[in-house]
Amino acid sequence: MRLPRQLEFLSLPDRFMAVSAWLAPTIGALAVLLLEFGLWFGFKVPPDYQQGATVLIMFIHVPAAWLSMFGYVCLAVSSFLSLVFRHALADAAAKACAPLGAGFTALALATGSLWGRPMWGAWWVWDARLTSVLVLLLFYLGYIALRASIEDENRAGRAAAILALVGAVNLPVVHWSVNWWNTLHQGSSVFRVGGPTLAAVYLIPLLLMALGYTAAFGALWLVRIRAELWRRKARTLSLQAANR
Amino acid sequence: MTAADLAKYAAFIWPAYGLTIGFFVWITLASLLSSRRWRREVERLQSEKTREDQ
Repeated sequence: MRLPRQLEFLSLPDRFMAVSAWLAPTIGALAVLLLEFGLWFGFKVPPDYQQGATVLIMFIHVPAAWLSMFGYVCLAVSSFLSLVFRHALADAAAKACAPLGAGFTALALATGSLWGRPMWGAWWVWDARLTSVLVLLLFYLGYIALRASIEDENRAGRAAAILALVGAVNLPVVHWSVNWWNTLHQGSSVFRVGGPTLAAVYLIPLLLMALGYTAAFGALWLVRIRAELWRRKARTLSLQAANR
Repeated sequence: MTAADLAKYAAFIWPAYGLTIGFFVWITLASLLSSRRWRREVERLQSEKTREDQ
């Protein structure tokens, strides 16, 4: 199946390399700027009336949690495009995305644990939100392990893409777990019907940090896709050299 | 936020920020070094190919 004409540039590695060469550092610089502003405003907020100074952990935990899900959406979409359209660039994008997503998920779990201990009195509870995020991490790790375990890269890519699409079922569970079950983890306070319940003084640094995390994710993803495309080109050149 | 406000929960706040900074430094370095390594490898192989073709 062919990609729609408007999206065909996505399937051209040379075009991608030319665009990403300037786009990755640009987004990276934007990420540094946003994170600096986010931290600057973040450390100026007053202590929360219930959570005290631990509210500072929110500015690094919540964006990591959002990125853990956003990363999986990117992984699933890239996997879908690589399965349906058989485009090498989509497969490289999926492969490059998995370690990033796994990193943000592990970071969300670790910072959440450091926030949970003083607030809930426990490092970990088996509630629906925490457990579904742990399952998300396991899907990421499963994807990475499956790709690494099959020698034929095309077969590995297809098998891992199917696993990634199966794992996408977990995304709505993660998002709505706090509504579907009675959890110790608090419900949504930003993306909810009726608008955010968070005071603007906390919401502004949180959104700046979230934008900074997203920009950093974008820049790193582009760099990692470039590395993967270089690796594939090096493999092709090595094979050509061996056959000469 | 004053130093006194932070002090009460410092044992949780600073490790969380430390982990986050450590993660960003590690993932950025790993990604950039990997990209540079494979780009150099491609350049090496291409120059070898050019030499052999001549």
